[in-house]
Amino acid sequence: MMPSNYFEFEKPLIELNKKISDLKDFMDEKGVDLTDEIITLENKADNLREEIYENLEPAQLLEIARHQERPTTRDYINRISSTFVELHGDRRFGDDLALIGGIAIVEEQPITIIGHQKGQTTNENLERNFGMAHPEGYRKAMRLMKEAEKFNRPVISLINTPGAYPGIGAEERGQAEAIATNLMEMSDLKVPIITIVIGEGGSGGALGIGLGDKIMMFEYSYYSVCSPEACAAILWKDSDEASEAAKALSLTSKDLFDLNIIDKIIKEPIGGAHKDPDQAAKILKDEILAAINELKNIDKDKLIEKRYNKFRKIGEYQRNKEKN
Amino acid sequence: MFKDFFSKKNNYVTVKNRSKKSKKSEKRDVREKNNDKLWTKCKKCNEIVFNKKLAENSMVCPKCDYHLRLSAEDRLALTIDEDSFIEFAADISSKNPLDFPEYDKKMEEAKNKTGKNEAVVTGEAKINSHEVIIAVMDFNFMGASMGSVVGEKITIAIEKAIEKNKPLIIFSAAGGARMQEGMLSLMQMAKTSAAIKKLHKNGNLFVSIITDPTSGGVTASFALLGDIIISEPGTLIAFAGPRVIKQTISKKLPDDFQSAEFLLEHGMIDKVVHRKKMKATLGDILKIHEAGVINDAQ
Repeated sequence: MMPSNYFEFEKPLIELNKKISDLKDFMDEKGVDLTDEIITLENKADNLREEIYENLEPAQLLEIARHQERPTTRDYINRISSTFVELHGDRRFGDDLALIGGIAIVEEQPITIIGHQKGQTTNENLERNFGMAHPEGYRKAMRLMKEAEKFNRPVISLINTPGAYPGIGAEERGQAEAIATNLMEMSDLKVPIITIVIGEGGSGGALGIGLGDKIMMFEYSYYSVCSPEACAAILWKDSDEASEAAKALSLTSKDLFDLNIIDKIIKEPIGGAHKDPDQAAKILKDEILAAINELKNIDKDKLIEKRYNKFRKIGEYQRNKEKN
Repeated sequence: MFKDFFSKKNNYVTVKNRSKKSKKSEKRDVREKNNDKLWTKCKKCNEIVFNKKLAENSMVCPKCDYHLRLSAEDRLALTIDEDSFIEFAADISSKNPLDFPEYDKKMEEAKNKTGKNEAVVTGEAKINSHEVIIAVMDFNFMGASMGSVVGEKITIAIEKAIEKNKPLIIFSAAGGARMQEGMLSLMQMAKTSAAIKKLHKNGNLFVSIITDPTSGGVTASFALLGDIIISEPGTLIAFAGPRVIKQTISKKLPDDFQSAEFLLEHGMIDKVVHRKKMKATLGDILKIHEAGVINDAQ
């Protein structure tokens, strides 16, 4: 039987591991020395694992990014900070459990941290709306960022959402306005903003807390203009073409690094962050601290100017030698 | 390429000579084809309206007041003073940076259909003699989706407004970010919004006019960041489109959901203005704004 937190594409590896454990059992039972064979197979398994993870199809990578057990914002906060105080509410309408935030200390460094929050059980996911925020989530995030600016704390923003919630209340209360305002104000926030995509980077809902001085992505996360399912449904009228769409959209960390959209790919523990959340959190913590160190002494006006230019130059186009 | 579009007053009407072919069926085909160019059926009330009459009525149905969608040049012709337009950045056009399937073909079709390079036209113009920087998006060009070029042209317009210290007028329309350019498109939201922040810090006026339909990444960036936000009657303004919402919540949506009137009621926009009063309204806003600027200078 396949263990629950394995993926279909890992099947050959699972089979090989099963063979190894069978051999070990056989050795114990019969007292035959099979150590050499076992070592050979174990090496083979290591190579196979590496090969599988180095050649993931975008659609397979999506499975990892969306995995139920993938560490969430809260999992990382708990592991990287010694003290965390969660803060609630947008002061206008409500508190959005799909986008959380607060103040924390990471190795003596005070930070403000915001992030989409998914659940890891069905009930928790219902409560957290699967990490799909309403306008009040984006407005809470902005309130906390303004507070960070006032007290000169760097902002850490963890992205993990399939998208902003498409619902009646969200539209009535100005989902688009909330995201637009965040983009506008984040471009001028006078403290460093460090953004990390930890799982799903779904469209405007992700970008709504994503305009920063440094944009990083965990290796097996994705960041996309729209979900591959929606893309396939719109362009090819067939959501079954999602794996083709995932390829076409260039949504992997490697694609986006090559396109100069992100600054850094954060390596994950082998098999994905969910295989070793402690290790993933440690890597994340080091990256956050390194980024803060790099940015904290830059003059505020210079920081804003650099941030502006970072986004100003994104875009690929050509000058025409027009025929008409 | 735009030098002649202001002189053509009724450029929606292209009546061709009737065919003299004798075969009955051919005759009917031809007649139907020609009829298409002679009149239009109103999408809302199904009234058959002569195109000439429609054009004279600013492309608004004379019977039910439905506002038909406009091309960028028709919009400019209705909005700005004659012969006042100088275009910016007409020479930039899209590449296919992700090598996205069928993008080149779709782009070619859009170019042939509209005679334009891209989904937005930007430039300098006058409205009731007030100098402005203006951008007009055109839904006929790939649903006015925002890719690198739309983002770049909008940003250039914003920067020109800052540089020349003039009010900025943007008529938006959009089906969202352009999928075929992936994250390059999504990041245009960040780029344009950051430029708008600069504009506001510089003290420029920005009037955003949201036209039918505007959704997704354009709504969630510059379109909703105006000092003054105006729309036309019946305009669809959305973050997520109604179909997506219906699918997600599997409930019937309210009748006027995501209409300009709905947004007005919810405090999201300043005004819903009839197309025939749009130029006068913009003129009034610019007049009051300019009076303030002159007072400040004294």
